[in-house]
Amino acid sequence: MLAQQLFNALVLGSVYALFALGFTLTFGVLRVINLLYGFYVAAGAFAALVAVQSLGLGLWAAGAFGVVTAGLVAVVCDFLVLTPLRRAKAPELSSLIVTLGGVLLMNSLMQIAFGAEVRRFPARLLSQDAIAIGPLLVAPIQLVIIATVFVLVAALFWFMERTRLGTAIRAVAERPDTAALMGVNVGLVVSGVSFLSAALSAAAGILIGLDFNAVHPYMGEPMMLRGFAIIVIGGLGDIRGALVAGLALGFLEVMTAGYLSSNLKEAVAFTALILGLWLRPNGLFGRASGKRA
Amino acid sequence: MMTTLDDLLWSYQSLIYGLGTNAILGLSMYAVLQLGQLSLGQAAFMGIGAYTGALLTLKLGLPFPLVLAAAAAAPALAALVIGGPTMKLSGVHLAIATIGLGEVLRVAYINTDAMGGALGLSGIPEKADFSIIFGLLAVILAGFILASRSKIGRACEAIREDEDAARVMGIDVSAYKMTALVISAALAGLAGALNAHFSSFIGPNEFAFETAVSILSFAILGGVTTPFGPVLGAFVLTALPELLRPLHDFRLVFNGLIIVLVVIFLPRGILGFRIRRTGKPPPC
Repeated sequence: MLAQQLFNALVLGSVYALFALGFTLTFGVLRVINLLYGFYVAAGAFAALVAVQSLGLGLWAAGAFGVVTAGLVAVVCDFLVLTPLRRAKAPELSSLIVTLGGVLLMNSLMQIAFGAEVRRFPARLLSQDAIAIGPLLVAPIQLVIIATVFVLVAALFWFMERTRLGTAIRAVAERPDTAALMGVNVGLVVSGVSFLSAALSAAAGILIGLDFNAVHPYMGEPMMLRGFAIIVIGGLGDIRGALVAGLALGFLEVMTAGYLSSNLKEAVAFTALILGLWLRPNGLFGRASGKRA
Repeated sequence: MMTTLDDLLWSYQSLIYGLGTNAILGLSMYAVLQLGQLSLGQAAFMGIGAYTGALLTLKLGLPFPLVLAAAAAAPALAALVIGGPTMKLSGVHLAIATIGLGEVLRVAYINTDAMGGALGLSGIPEKADFSIIFGLLAVILAGFILASRSKIGRACEAIREDEDAARVMGIDVSAYKMTALVISAALAGLAGALNAHFSSFIGPNEFAFETAVSILSFAILGGVTTPFGPVLGAFVLTALPELLRPLHDFRLVFNGLIIVLVVIFLPRGILGFRIRRTGKPPPC
């Protein structure tokens, strides 16, 4: 029983971690709390669904299609909405507010386009029969989730540490003006980060859509609340922190649902967020930082 | 003359009352926004006020003024707990801390039988009338105007222009922010209770994220340079979808679009109250 719960917690926590990685990456590099990020969860899941239903693609091809589509949508959205504000050096709060309007706009348009009802991925994509591994009963989707998250996180770390664009992204995160003087193409880095983070969000959305067997226009909202808790607890912009806090949140939610009450599960992220702000406002691994002026 | 006015009131009653409560909600957002703080808990605070008020009327039958006072006090208390840790952090942190409150409360309302569960509370007596709603709006508006012309107003202006400089000049920035948040939550709660006592029904899904962003759109459209701004913004964004029927289905799209367009095209006009020291000096 406990082993099963721990395994379920690992699965849920790794999806949360994947989602939060992109969220914290956007903040770390662009210094923007991008609420549109939650929209890409649903955008990716719907794009993958359309790819399966209309184009007849299989699981992995549809997943890739959804991820790339959401990434491209994000590049366009950020260019239209955030780039003008960055050029004007507008305050942090303006960028937050503009993405807030943006997410209301996009979610509502999505609901008008696709309807509010819950849609499902067809069962043919993936076997539904659980596999017994020792004491555990493992659904194939759970294996897909763990494998996908592991590969994507490893790829992200490799990309950030070992490639030229990754180095450029870290340079811009550190000091955008200096990076520009050193010849880094800041516009390209910004677009790259938009694409990359939305792709992570979409990947999490597709995995959640498959796992809960539900895709709907507002599926990003509960994820956003969890994302906020994770990036605040992990430290804004801290990739390692997001990974740890994401897994921890999955663990806490599964244990709360399993041993206390499934209704309380929805309150776990919010409680953790408020406690985190009271106790460790700079995040788990945070240094006491001065204000960024 | 009197009868035509009565007819008008009767046929557009809920719209006219809605203008009043939404204007109070717009002002509740103004209270925090004018200090460079963003609260996304306004809908949740409104919900706390609505549920507190409705339950006190339905279960205890308390007199209406007492109900309104309790409906303002309850969310103010919640704001102290939730906003407390963010007062020394940036305005963005208050937004992060408050954004989840509505969703958590929604789940709580649905799962609490005493609060009507998923069906909500109905049959709330219609105790709020034109004079109560617009009388309170006038008092609140007058309060904000008086405050903005006093020492308090100048301190608020100093804080939104440059928080650190204001602190150096001896303004207790955290105290101002906390007071603004508490007042803001109390006003939202008041508006929620008024709303519950003329629509006679409240449901768990009315106080979610979309409502919070709509309240923000009132303040953004009207601007926060004067207290009249959010009132005007609330009037326009409440009346327009009712008068232009085709707009009605696209109400949320429209509210979202208003926010995006105003912030992008008037970044320093309506929201340009915080000058970035690293940026170019603002053209003024």
